[in-house]
Amino acid sequence: MASLFEFLVAAFLVIAGIFGIVGSYGLIKLDDPMSRLHAPTKATTLGVGGVLLASLLHAAVFEEYVSVHELMITMFLFLTAPITANFIAKVHIHRQETRETMPPAGEDDHWATHDTPEDEEQRTAGRPDAAQ
Amino acid sequence: MIENAAYFAFACFALAMLMNLWKVVTAPDIADRILALDTMFINAIALMVLYGMALGTEMFFEAAMIIAMLGFVSTVAYARFILRGNIIE
Repeated sequence: MASLFEFLVAAFLVIAGIFGIVGSYGLIKLDDPMSRLHAPTKATTLGVGGVLLASLLHAAVFEEYVSVHELMITMFLFLTAPITANFIAKVHIHRQETRETMPPAGEDDHWATHDTPEDEEQRTAGRPDAAQ
Repeated sequence: MIENAAYFAFACFALAMLMNLWKVVTAPDIADRILALDTMFINAIALMVLYGMALGTEMFFEAAMIIAMLGFVSTVAYARFILRGNIIE
């Protein structure tokens, strides 16, 4: 039984290492800035997740204490990764793209992040609650 | 077996961090630089947890938690500074 857990911990560590290196290699390898955003935020979070799972299992089986720190770190990373990715994507949109170079925005004529105060006025002009 | 796997993971994350450092130096745009720094924070967390596991202490989890929080806050602050020219308005 112990050797099964040993194998599991080792497997998690190897998977985590591979994911970590793939994520960082993608960062220097990919051409398009938005693909570059995809590589590390996804793969490195998986890599850290693997390390934390291995650490959790190792502590529970071999050192015989249950630790919740890993779960806290995992939860924190999983909660914050999309937020940081969103902020970095916004920096890219505002520095590199204009309204014309963005992909079509569906039924609107541009994306909301490129709104100016004039757009805001125009949109709320016809509405009854626009008085204030 | 665990020892060898841990060495492999150490090597992978160390190499990943070196690649991130390379990207920080050579990035064409500031968004890439923020992204590389954020990835570096995440790799640092992985290295710290690995080190704590190798030494068999719980002490490094607190350090990893603090690095996770600082990484998030500094990435958001940097991105916000680029977007608005101000961090707290």
